[in-house]
Amino acid sequence: MEYILEPWPWYVSGPLIAIVMFLLLYFGRTFGMSSNLRTLCAIGGAGKKVEFFKFDWKAQRWNLVVVLGAIVGGFIAHFYLSNPIDIDLSENTISDLNNLGFTNAGDSLLPPELFSWENVFTLKGLSILIIGGLLVGFGTRYAGGCTSGHAITGLSSLQLPSLIAVIGFFLGGLLMIHLIYPILF
Amino acid sequence: MGKYIKFFLVGIFFGIVLVKSEAVSWYRIFEMFKFQSFHMYGIIGTAVVSGVLFLLIAKQFNIKTIEGNSIKVPLKAKGLSRYIIGGTIFGLGWALCGACPGPMYILVGTGTISMIIVIAAAILGTYLYGVLKDKLPH
Repeated sequence: MEYILEPWPWYVSGPLIAIVMFLLLYFGRTFGMSSNLRTLCAIGGAGKKVEFFKFDWKAQRWNLVVVLGAIVGGFIAHFYLSNPIDIDLSENTISDLNNLGFTNAGDSLLPPELFSWENVFTLKGLSILIIGGLLVGFGTRYAGGCTSGHAITGLSSLQLPSLIAVIGFFLGGLLMIHLIYPILF
Repeated sequence: MGKYIKFFLVGIFFGIVLVKSEAVSWYRIFEMFKFQSFHMYGIIGTAVVSGVLFLLIAKQFNIKTIEGNSIKVPLKAKGLSRYIIGGTIFGLGWALCGACPGPMYILVGTGTISMIIVIAAAILGTYLYGVLKDKLPH
């Protein structure tokens, strides 16, 4: 039990994620989380106005059930399967974050500087979450997948488009952290 | 209802793994893009290597899906622009809010209710793509 309550090492976590992918393929489906955003648009009636959302979203309900499970899984893992210990970040990361104004890095899963209510309801805080979400939603659909569909499933099946997409993911991430963060924070 | 239970269970397992691996943490994503820890690279790397092996084994032993078909990974369409531009846009957002489309939901489960704002914005972003799709290079 102690091993479960401790954070899981990368060499355990990675193969377990591959098992998630494999199970979904075994069930005749596929591992792709961002597709749910399109399904949610369709459920909201977007298909009446935009061709891209005119599809049989009911055939995608299984994936929304995966999402529902993931939320429950997050709850179980966080509240019942975790010792309250800090994330073991590298010293450099902690000091870099400190310089950007993020204190107590690793105390929690997410920085309160971005996700606590008092910061969410500032113009800057709200803008960051909304712009971040917009970019994720727009970018994943444009690229036809996210970390699960391209980085895990696409690379596992040795698909060149997924490799290109993953290079894009890193290009964007590096731009944000190295060039835009110093301006934002 | 019964046919959905297995998906619900896989989802729970997925949520648990991503929390326990700390892959849902904004801090871990920041650290990854700073190249200051091997952790996230280890997770993605071993996931991909295991995934390759699983697919090879499935092919070798002709493992069928529960519906009796061969295990098939959907093929991504050929192209360059959409993957590099779309990928970069996603990367910018991923690094900004530290969450990709799986962790977004999982983090709501861990009690970060403000993540719902990110999810709502992501739905809107997907909608915007749908509207602009035919005007974009693919």
